Amino acid sequence: MSGEHASMRIIDGYVRGGADIAADEVWAVEAHLEECRVCRDRLSAAVRAQATAAAVRGPDVAALVDTVWSGLEPQLAATVPMPRRRFWSSRLSKWLTPTMVPWLAMVASVTLLALMLDLVDADSGEVSLVLLLAPVLPVLGVAASWSRGLDPAYELTASVPRAGLHLVLRRTTSVLVVLVPVLSVGGWTTGVTAWQWLLPCLAFTSATLALGGVIGVNRAAVALVTVWAGVIVAPTLATSRTTFALQTDGLSVWGLILALGIGVVIARKGAYSVLGAHR
Amino acid sequence: MMRAVSVADIAPTPYAWQIRAAGLKVRVGRKRMAVDGLDLSLGTGVHGLLGPNGAGKTTLIRALATVLRPTEGTLELLGEPVGGRGEHRALRRRIGYLPQEFGYYKRFTVREFVEYMAWLKEVPKADIPAAVQRAVERVGLADRADERMKALSGGMVRRVGIAQAIVNDPTILLLDEPTVGLDPAQRLRFRELLQELGMDTCVLVSTHLVEDVAAACTDVVLFAQGRLVFQGTPEGLAAAGGPEHVGDSPLERGYSALLQGPVKHGGSW
Repeated sequence: MSGEHASMRIIDGYVRGGADIAADEVWAVEAHLEECRVCRDRLSAAVRAQATAAAVRGPDVAALVDTVWSGLEPQLAATVPMPRRRFWSSRLSKWLTPTMVPWLAMVASVTLLALMLDLVDADSGEVSLVLLLAPVLPVLGVAASWSRGLDPAYELTASVPRAGLHLVLRRTTSVLVVLVPVLSVGGWTTGVTAWQWLLPCLAFTSATLALGGVIGVNRAAVALVTVWAGVIVAPTLATSRTTFALQTDGLSVWGLILALGIGVVIARKGAYSVLGAHR
Repeated sequence: MMRAVSVADIAPTPYAWQIRAAGLKVRVGRKRMAVDGLDLSLGTGVHGLLGPNGAGKTTLIRALATVLRPTEGTLELLGEPVGGRGEHRALRRRIGYLPQEFGYYKRFTVREFVEYMAWLKEVPKADIPAAVQRAVERVGLADRADERMKALSGGMVRRVGIAQAIVNDPTILLLDEPTVGLDPAQRLRFRELLQELGMDTCVLVSTHLVEDVAAACTDVVLFAQGRLVFQGTPEGLAAAGGPEHVGDSPLERGYSALLQGPVKHGGSW
């Protein structure tokens, strides 16, 4: 606020009320009091001073205030305070919807299962299941976060100002935050370099979002998982050796897909604020 | 509660109509035009959107809520043209929307859900608790505010839907079939709320109950096969019908008289 404060004359007049103070001055002093702590303190001091002065004269403001207070007190005691917020609602719901939780749990347990199979079966083949599954797991999570079938509030979500790329990215981030640690444990125990699974994983996520803006996130996820199963998983399991796509040589291609996906997502960011992206 | 008046509150409105559509067409699926060349201007007040099933009411409301992009024609909301690639964030902050299928999260309490929606609608963080309380009180759910949504009856869920629509104090309020599942007493209360809101808001209520329109609306928009059939006062709608038309009340007779005109029905209903 500005350095100016209400004068003692105005404050005293305000406390006494009545004709001592003009209506515009009342407005001004009230507006000032709302924002100025110093003047509020001076006001309460003035009230107290006048109350003691008036106590000599007879019935006073203090007595009136006491009466009102004693009338209010039982009512205030009966009012139930607002229950404490649950952690879930306040913080977490800004990052994921309740419907995403079971999906994330499922995806995380599939990863752990794949990891266990890898560890048990370590000698027989050189194909790592974790490596095979890593790229498509986040796709499922992303689909669950922006899907007509899985998110009951999808239409409401599409209509709000926060809808759009911003919210999609928030939810995608929360999917990755859950999955990347699980996958890195898996990658570390099976001896795969981080880039080998992280890049395909991110590339597939960005491709889902890019394609999702055009045909809907759900359909994009189904399409990409099908492609992945047909082109990478089936040949790998048939020949039981890691395909070129997951060798370290293929990394530049994955990087390219990632960059392309991010580019398309940014260019078409308006697509996520309409119903089409929920298909 | 006293609130400081901001510049935005006292700025003159730069538009004549809150909702203005000219030659509006909205495509659904590949071929079907659910809204087919609509000219409509709506200002402050409660507008009842009437029409047979499949008339395109929901599509129109979705287009007005900016979740469907117009295929052709112009649509201006609060003076801002809608369409193209934009996200319309500033505009959406001033729209309240209750979809026909109101989906919600069962685990949330009423308060949590309305708070969540307030957050999604970018209500300033400091204002959220008060705005939520006000919205919940207006729909008469203050005593159930801390119950889980799954414990509520259908009518109460509907009222939560109305609460989330009004939590951001919208200038345009779009309600798609809000009276479904409300019992008669609740419907009366809801009509009062509509009239209250209609004082300073452009409210568009889609309904298939003609008596809702008679009781709460200042204006009727009759819509069939994607086109505007009639716009005027409820009295005007009643005047269109004569004793020879089907219906139990003057409004119903007017409704059937206007729909019999140039528009052909697809089926026997």
